[in-house]
Amino acid sequence: MVEESQPLGGKIVTKPFLVLAALAAVGVVLMLYRYLYGLGAVTNLSDGYPWGIWITYDVLVGTALGCGGYAMALLVYIFNRWEYHPLVRSAVLTSVFGYTLAGVAIFLDIGRYWNGYHLFLPWYVNFNSVLVEVALCIAAYVGILWLELAPTVLEGHQDNPKAQRARQRLERWLPVIVALGILLPTMHQSSLGTLMIIAGYKLSPLWQTPLLPLLFLISAITMGFAITVFESILSSLAFKRPFETPMIAKVGGVMVWLIGVYLVIRLADLLLRGAPVFSSGFLSSMFILENLLYVVPLVLLASPAYRANLRSLFVASSSLLLAGSLYRFNAFLVGYSAGPGWTYFPALPEILITLSIVALELMGYLYFVKRYPVLPKAEHV
Amino acid sequence: MGLSRRDFLKVAAGGSLVAASSFSPAPLLARESKARLPEAVGILYDATVCIGCKACMAACKEYNHLPPDHSTPGSVWDNPLDLSAKTYNIVKLYKNGTGQTKDQAINGYSFIRRFCMHCVDPACVSACPVSALTKDSTTGVVKYDKGACIGCRYCQIACPYNVPKFQWDQAFPQIKKCQLCDHRIAQGGYSACCEFCPNGASIFGNVQDLRKEARRRLALKPGEVAHYPLHRVDSQDVRHRIVTPYLNHIFGEREGGGTQVLMLANVPFQDLGLPPLPDESAASQSETLMHSLYKGMIAPYVLLGGLFYLVYKNTTKQDLP
Repeated sequence: MVEESQPLGGKIVTKPFLVLAALAAVGVVLMLYRYLYGLGAVTNLSDGYPWGIWITYDVLVGTALGCGGYAMALLVYIFNRWEYHPLVRSAVLTSVFGYTLAGVAIFLDIGRYWNGYHLFLPWYVNFNSVLVEVALCIAAYVGILWLELAPTVLEGHQDNPKAQRARQRLERWLPVIVALGILLPTMHQSSLGTLMIIAGYKLSPLWQTPLLPLLFLISAITMGFAITVFESILSSLAFKRPFETPMIAKVGGVMVWLIGVYLVIRLADLLLRGAPVFSSGFLSSMFILENLLYVVPLVLLASPAYRANLRSLFVASSSLLLAGSLYRFNAFLVGYSAGPGWTYFPALPEILITLSIVALELMGYLYFVKRYPVLPKAEHV
Repeated sequence: MGLSRRDFLKVAAGGSLVAASSFSPAPLLARESKARLPEAVGILYDATVCIGCKACMAACKEYNHLPPDHSTPGSVWDNPLDLSAKTYNIVKLYKNGTGQTKDQAINGYSFIRRFCMHCVDPACVSACPVSALTKDSTTGVVKYDKGACIGCRYCQIACPYNVPKFQWDQAFPQIKKCQLCDHRIAQGGYSACCEFCPNGASIFGNVQDLRKEARRRLALKPGEVAHYPLHRVDSQDVRHRIVTPYLNHIFGEREGGGTQVLMLANVPFQDLGLPPLPDESAASQSETLMHSLYKGMIAPYVLLGGLFYLVYKNTTKQDLP
């Protein structure tokens, strides 16, 4: 590999780090409360809305935001675009934390967590269940992501010969690890959409379609590219490094194509099924907002000249992240109804626990980019 | 080094295997809705016979050892608003306009019992990742095993009738639902709700017999006197009553692939809170999609092979075919 990465260095414990640590601490206390008094004590979940923001945000949106590593691996290793390789390491790092903490969130959410290992015992597993595919695939992918990150960590221990030997051994397995690192997200990001097929009429026809898996897959890959651009701009700003403009502008170009394909499939499906796009009241508004958020990056990044503009890249990638997140919220919460009389809005402790998980992700990211060679060497950019 | 047309076709071939099945109008491995089990047991509930005495609710609580439920505001005794982890069975009231006439949609009222429908092809069983919900291969009862359950609540998302309920107030929660008193069936008994129904509104029996009985009732002429068996469909204990009109529809005969609980009423079932469902079960739709993608893990392995080939080729920069 021609390009080099290096640790940013600097103090780990800074003021922002302490703020994040405080948020995380609040969350941990609330988590204890949840284990002592049950899910009802900290959440607004009910028999009408059995899944809330812990599933929708922490798992669905969290893993889609963690698709940076997947999307970049697809671009670099499959489409052979090595010019994007400098972005891979930080994308993998974001993915590691997005996915690992989604895994943690699942253990907060499931009521009978002490039976959680049943998911891995063949005599319990029901292979007709979409959730089995999702759970096993995410668990396997968390392992793969840590293996993908391992060379970076081992490279950080330059003076340890054992670490360097381990790194060489690991790099020989790279093609297998990367191939699995592309297969597994393809499987579970689509299956996350398939989860809602069985809800039938309980999900509004604006979202309920046999194409759910395909739409979830495309939007997850698009979000993977968007988070890579978003994170590149933010880390350049935060660590006062030069912007990676030409490279992320080209990623923006890839995004435009994907959004185009996504929107064509989404609209064609609605037309063919004759879904009540404009006559569903509040749901129509949410549907329109969701798709307008997809159109914004399409317009902003349409021409190569716009794409070179950092501001439009930033707005476009943020809008796309919101679009993909809203699509997931709409398909799992807003468009879902068990019948009249049920309402859901997350409780404060529920939101604080989610925020604490986000805080842990950011703390992990900050620690790793400072301690290990994740970001490209500044002078090479 | 860009991506050649040949490479693109290779990726596309693998990827399209996965993608195509979600597009194809005739899925690769269609999974039909499951057929009724010959020995299956169930309940026939006839809303026109029901007098709303709630004896079935009291019996259900007693024989399933369920605590009182005070969800109706200000209630001092057991008075549930809806099904919950404390209530497996409820009698609800439909009322319209002046609410004067029994079993009439306009200016009338009707009772409706709600409890697990024991689907022929249950969505909860298909959804449950750890086989905590299963369908008995003889009786067809949909049973819950707390020893297997991980508490993910996907069964609640999946159930079209919102039957499985979760213990939100417990540190060690369970899913709770009607199991047709299978603990009583195992000892030669039958569902408590039917044993204690004084009026013959709920009767227990073999589902084939229940369907015959439902069809017999639909064929009766309103105004004439007919016999209605009490407690069990095959019971010699019958009562005679003047037939009141029925809507010509047996709910559960086809809905969502059919249910082992069948219902008769004279008010449209949708007004009574039962969802309009397609004949095809949601489980078969979901499983058709999943099995088309994952049967024998063939598509994933093919895709993995293709991915490995390309990654290996691109990382080692070898000039492979």
